[in-house]
Amino acid sequence: MNLGIIDYGAGNLRSVAKAVEYCGATAQIIATPREILHMDKIILPGVGAFGHAMSALAQLDLLDALKTFMQSGKPFLGICLGMQVLFGDSEESPGVPGINIFPGHVRRFPNHLKVPHLGWNQIIPEKSSPLFRGVPEEAFFYFAHSYYAHPVQSECIIATTDYQGSYTAATAREPVFGIQFHPEKSQSNGLLVLNNFITL
Amino acid sequence: MLARRIIPCLDVKEGRVVKGTQFVNLRDAGDPVEQARFYDEQGADELVFLDITASAEYRDIIYDVVAHTAEQVFMPLTVGGGIRTVADARKLLQSGADKIAINTAALQEPELVAACARQFGSQAVVVAIDARRISAGRWQVFIHGGRTAMDVDAVQWALEAEHRGAGEILLTSMDRDGTRDGYDIDLTRAISTRVNIPVIASGGCGEAAHFFDVFENGKADAALAASVFHYRHNSIAEIKNYLKERGIHVRI
Repeated sequence: MNLGIIDYGAGNLRSVAKAVEYCGATAQIIATPREILHMDKIILPGVGAFGHAMSALAQLDLLDALKTFMQSGKPFLGICLGMQVLFGDSEESPGVPGINIFPGHVRRFPNHLKVPHLGWNQIIPEKSSPLFRGVPEEAFFYFAHSYYAHPVQSECIIATTDYQGSYTAATAREPVFGIQFHPEKSQSNGLLVLNNFITL
Repeated sequence: MLARRIIPCLDVKEGRVVKGTQFVNLRDAGDPVEQARFYDEQGADELVFLDITASAEYRDIIYDVVAHTAEQVFMPLTVGGGIRTVADARKLLQSGADKIAINTAALQEPELVAACARQFGSQAVVVAIDARRISAGRWQVFIHGGRTAMDVDAVQWALEAEHRGAGEILLTSMDRDGTRDGYDIDLTRAISTRVNIPVIASGGCGEAAHFFDVFENGKADAALAASVFHYRHNSIAEIKNYLKERGIHVRI
């Protein structure tokens, strides 16, 4: 199996790659359209700003290849900002279009909350998903984000989290998945989610 | 619901832990990776490495320490100490740190906080504040590891740090640090209820009840400690059970 992690300069690939290795798989760090189309599975990590991420992906000429890959029926996992860029746009970078696999908007948390939403929170499954196979009820995952995804179609939400209100924690249009939390930083629960993706 | 975090802090000097647990079941009490793994198993929510390496020729060792830790321990890692430029911060984040904590350089050059937040996102930028009480409800900020007093009010500086893009405040009470008499609840509350970003309380923790006090009354989002895990056989799991029984939402 060829598992690729996309390197577009947005943050920390190393932790994701090491977590994948810990699960017994090998990840290739990839950064070209050709490599994308050769993969069986792809992880799009990311921290930082929405606009930066989109312009980095465009500069590397990866956007068309990513869309083609996601429409091909192969498994794809976006993590944190790597999930947010799968949406239509973001309040973080107004006017910058996202990849729009999930129609919807990325919004900033309301001002009465402490932002970023930072730390360990429980996820609430909204529907059964192979991504969360074997994950215990009320499992904690590590979140670190100031913006959250708000899909137009709520059917794509597979898990939510409660931060004085319900927010999207994971989305799916199988086999394309997006997760807001960091599995590579969520100890055994996170490794389980990564392993579920790897063994899809 | 978001859990309150318990964060052990390890002082790292030239690649070795100089303060941390001395439990005998560790093969090597000075190895940061070994200690990180130990705290991970105990249920720590996050780890802080404070690099106290003084000599410039050994300063790059921390990048290897961070990389080796992040390869083996899948939990959030914050690194502070000696960060003066965006390039320093980038190297730590690329090595596997999730957050960088800036103290002296943030006060001397507040634009550094903004630059790091723009490049890496606010969630990766912690401003560390060392504060000492000067009168009721007033605390003064110190830099250079507590050696240099600044004419700066701690609450005002926390608000400015937030404004500049810090995603979190690591707040150390210099009055309480090392005393094990408990956190400075007034200081923690004064800042945590004013800023709109999470606050990690630090300094003075000596027992489980101090964690309860700083969460319940200090309104801290997270609590950092070193010696409570170092000298006493108080495991993180015991502390979390104690807190849970008293209604504090923690990750168990």
